[in-house]
Amino acid sequence: MSGHEQEIVFENVSKFYGEVLGINRVNLTIPPGITSLVGPNGSGKTTLMNLMTGLLRPSQGSIRVLGVAPDQPELLFRFVGYCTQYDSFPRGMTGYEFVHSYLRLYGRTDKESAEMAWHAIERVRLTDAAHRKIAGYSKGMRQRIKLAHAISHCPLVLVLDEPLNGLDPLVRAETIALFRALAEEGQHVIISSHILHEVDAISDQVILLSNGYVVAEGQIHGVRTEVEEHPMQILIRCPRPAQLASRIFELDTVVEARVHNDGGGLLVRTRDPERFYLLLNRLVVDGVDLESVAPADDDVHSVYEYLIGTDGGSI
Amino acid sequence: MNQRPWSLWRAQVAAILRLEIRKTLLARRGLWIYLLAFAPAVLLWIHAGLNLRHGRVCDLGKDSLIFAAMFQFFYLRLAIFFGCVGVFMNLFRGEMLQRSLHYYLLAPVRREVLLAGKYLAGVITTSLIFGSATALALAALFVHVPRTVTEQYLLGGGGLGHVVAYIGTAVLACVGYGGVFLVMSFLFRNPIIPAALVLVWESMNPFLPSLLKKFSVIFYLQSLCPVPVPIHGDWSFLAIITEPTPAYLAVPGLLLVTAMGLVLAARKVRRLEINYGAE
Repeated sequence: MSGHEQEIVFENVSKFYGEVLGINRVNLTIPPGITSLVGPNGSGKTTLMNLMTGLLRPSQGSIRVLGVAPDQPELLFRFVGYCTQYDSFPRGMTGYEFVHSYLRLYGRTDKESAEMAWHAIERVRLTDAAHRKIAGYSKGMRQRIKLAHAISHCPLVLVLDEPLNGLDPLVRAETIALFRALAEEGQHVIISSHILHEVDAISDQVILLSNGYVVAEGQIHGVRTEVEEHPMQILIRCPRPAQLASRIFELDTVVEARVHNDGGGLLVRTRDPERFYLLLNRLVVDGVDLESVAPADDDVHSVYEYLIGTDGGSI
Repeated sequence: MNQRPWSLWRAQVAAILRLEIRKTLLARRGLWIYLLAFAPAVLLWIHAGLNLRHGRVCDLGKDSLIFAAMFQFFYLRLAIFFGCVGVFMNLFRGEMLQRSLHYYLLAPVRREVLLAGKYLAGVITTSLIFGSATALALAALFVHVPRTVTEQYLLGGGGLGHVVAYIGTAVLACVGYGGVFLVMSFLFRNPIIPAALVLVWESMNPFLPSLLKKFSVIFYLQSLCPVPVPIHGDWSFLAIITEPTPAYLAVPGLLLVTAMGLVLAARKVRRLEINYGAE
């Protein structure tokens, strides 16, 4: 595989539903690992996922998923699994029948399909309920059986639209651990979610969407650094914050320094974090006592607020 | 997975059949199709039962003419027609409304193979229902006439050929109307509109120019019916075969019309998108 064949590539992709914009002029390259799509309702997350998996066709532009166009399902779904947000199932099926029946579409034998179905059901911890009708499942169980269906053929690319919806905290933690395990196996795991702190904890990179446009993409730290109009916040834990505050204004890029509410630290806002960290190094050499230094708004939630704002939708 | 395409497609069609036949054959919402198909057979069996009970002997010749009229007017133009509307219009549209079609589209199946599998499932389902209903109705004709008459009719009078022709025509009607309504399901959301349009087109068949007649299912089916219907009056045009076509041309002709419909449906399914919100 060449470099491009290991990535998901969107080239100038737009999708319109009649006159309504889905996404507009999207250029993206998604490498392996966990990638989160973040944005308010109607920002284009599901459209992007549906385009990637061929459920929608772009109005313009082209998409390649590991070198394969999404309009070739016979090739694409050999290595792509998609857990959609649609909470509906074929009528009258048990969880096991659902996963097993659709595995048969891969051309596998009954025995192979049965083994793979059980393996997937075990991975989502739904073995006990596998022979019950899906119609009687709870929301969380339905979410898990959809996930089992998506991972049942061991895909290289796993696309998950709001996969944590409806899961209780314990199952949510288990599911996130499963995503991590899949990513460590070298898979592309692409997640859309409204639960920002969880996305923040598991993502290797994020794609921020607003009104059909990609407003930022990349590793969270990199995206944060590019948000120049909002100075970076850094929390410095130290025993004498007032003394430290008097020293850091040597730099003209420091915009604000505020003693932390508990009196045990200083919250600094700076336009040039690199120079600020160099200054801190010098201060330590000069004997200033520092306990810890950490970015305070270097997370998805902050980046999201800065770029899209809290009025952008439900987050 | 290095299966050769044909063996893979065969396995995929078999998997689709397993999913679909269960849905179409055993669906509660398809109960009306069973009622439509088996109601005449039930009436004929009640009639036969009453005759047997009262020792009445019927005229098989007259009964076979009555059956011919029933087959052409009720089965072909009503029961099979609307049964196919119910089954084939729902193969894709029904799953779109149920929001479960995407599971098929997320499998490594060529869209054309999916179409073939679903169509085949529809043909098997409707053929089973209407083929067996036709056979059951025919059987009711034979139970209340003397055995020797039945044997003479079936073995010596070409009756067995009639039975095969009726069942075969019922199956071919499912094949033809199935293809028509499958393609219609991609063109219309409301099944009533295409059903009305096709019904009018099929009824107009006797008045159409020779070339247009051939783009109709009933044109071929009427030619395949073994017994002409002796009808006079205002509705006789429905029974008149204006251009009798031999079976060796009628069957390929009907299959050609069906194939044209399926090719059009294949083009549509290739570009099919999942947008449940718009449904």
